[in-house]
Amino acid sequence: MLEAVALSCSRGERQLFSDVTVTVKPGTLLAVLGENGSGKTSLLRMLCRLLPPDGGAILWQGKDIRQLKELYCAQLTYIGHLNGIKDDLTPVENLKVSAWLAGDESSGTIVQKALEAVGLGRSVHRLPTRVLSQGQKRRVALARLWLSTRPLWLLDEPFTSLDAAATGYLTQHLQSHLRNDGMVVIATHQEVDLPTDSVQRLRLTG
Amino acid sequence: MSQPSMFGSLRGVVQRDLLLAMRRRSDVAMSVFFFVIVASLFPFGVGPEPAVLRMIAPGVLWVAALLACLLSLGRVFTGDYLDGVLEQMLLIPQPLAVLVIGKVFAHWAVSGLPVVLLSPLLGLQFGLGGESLGMLTLSLLLGTPTLSVIGAIGAALTLGVRGSGLLVALLVLPLFIPVLIFGTGAVMSSSAGIGGEANLSLLGACFMLSLACAPWATAVALRIALE
Repeated sequence: MLEAVALSCSRGERQLFSDVTVTVKPGTLLAVLGENGSGKTSLLRMLCRLLPPDGGAILWQGKDIRQLKELYCAQLTYIGHLNGIKDDLTPVENLKVSAWLAGDESSGTIVQKALEAVGLGRSVHRLPTRVLSQGQKRRVALARLWLSTRPLWLLDEPFTSLDAAATGYLTQHLQSHLRNDGMVVIATHQEVDLPTDSVQRLRLTG
Repeated sequence: MSQPSMFGSLRGVVQRDLLLAMRRRSDVAMSVFFFVIVASLFPFGVGPEPAVLRMIAPGVLWVAALLACLLSLGRVFTGDYLDGVLEQMLLIPQPLAVLVIGKVFAHWAVSGLPVVLLSPLLGLQFGLGGESLGMLTLSLLLGTPTLSVIGAIGAALTLGVRGSGLLVALLVLPLFIPVLIFGTGAVMSSSAGIGGEANLSLLGACFMLSLACAPWATAVALRIALE
């Protein structure tokens, strides 16, 4: 269970949000909504410990994540608005490296299956990622979710530059993660078609 | 879930960086050619007098190696910072300093090691004798990793800053001074027939000290840069 207690964030002089209290239980998804610049990305970066909160605390299973450090990192998969893939490596190499470093299964067949699950056929597996389109690069980044065994997923605008088919794959995969008692936090500026029973929304007003 | 060991992650980072360097061979070659060209300019500038050349050789080659290292420092973190890979590295459940050591080792292997291997050839050009050539290579072998380890702090501190290339130079060059003194000292005393062992020990001490402190400083700088 992930809890944020009275979180506040300011960038420079500007207060982005304050007193944000929210709980993400196993099997639920938190959609962080808001306009551009309302602090969605900052909130997500706080939740994955990249950004220290200006006030408040974040608790994982009741313990402060500042004390858990690496133990907490081992519980989450974060996909930011940057894809985190190298242009010079092929999609297969990119996935293998990130899975290997994260401690997930990184054998060739599993990686290829993950790429096929996001709709990237074998023809692009051996091309440098540089030559792929924006949407295809995003798919490579999101394919990590098919390798991840972590309970908590933090996704920053995961649907950006995805087409309808890929959006469908991702939504389905999120649903199956939730059914397995996983937790998801996504930041998005658009309403997305998500299963309603397990979704709570947090609107940052800025 | 299988957790990679600390050593496994270290090896993963090194392998990845070496693979990337292989894909961008021209970048790697540039800093090595820079070293060769800078060192080769001096005989044109100061004239072909063998005695003079032999005297300035240690200083010239060491300063050239130092500048070549500086030139390639930008590559250590900038690429990963821009495409978001560094962000992911911060989230790996291993101490960040371990990953920093891996990246620094890879940086040394593609920019420092070629300089070490080329240095006897350039030393010959300056008319250094056999024993001095050996000492030059040995001192660079001990000194260039130190430059990479210390330089990484500067590279991490200036991440995402405009004009970071020059800023790195200003931050890091003063820290390179002890290495430069002991490195050139080793070669000079060996040419003078005193033997450079004392200076080599000091170089080794510099390396150990920087290896013990710098990766942690670099890790802190990276966390600040990514806030």
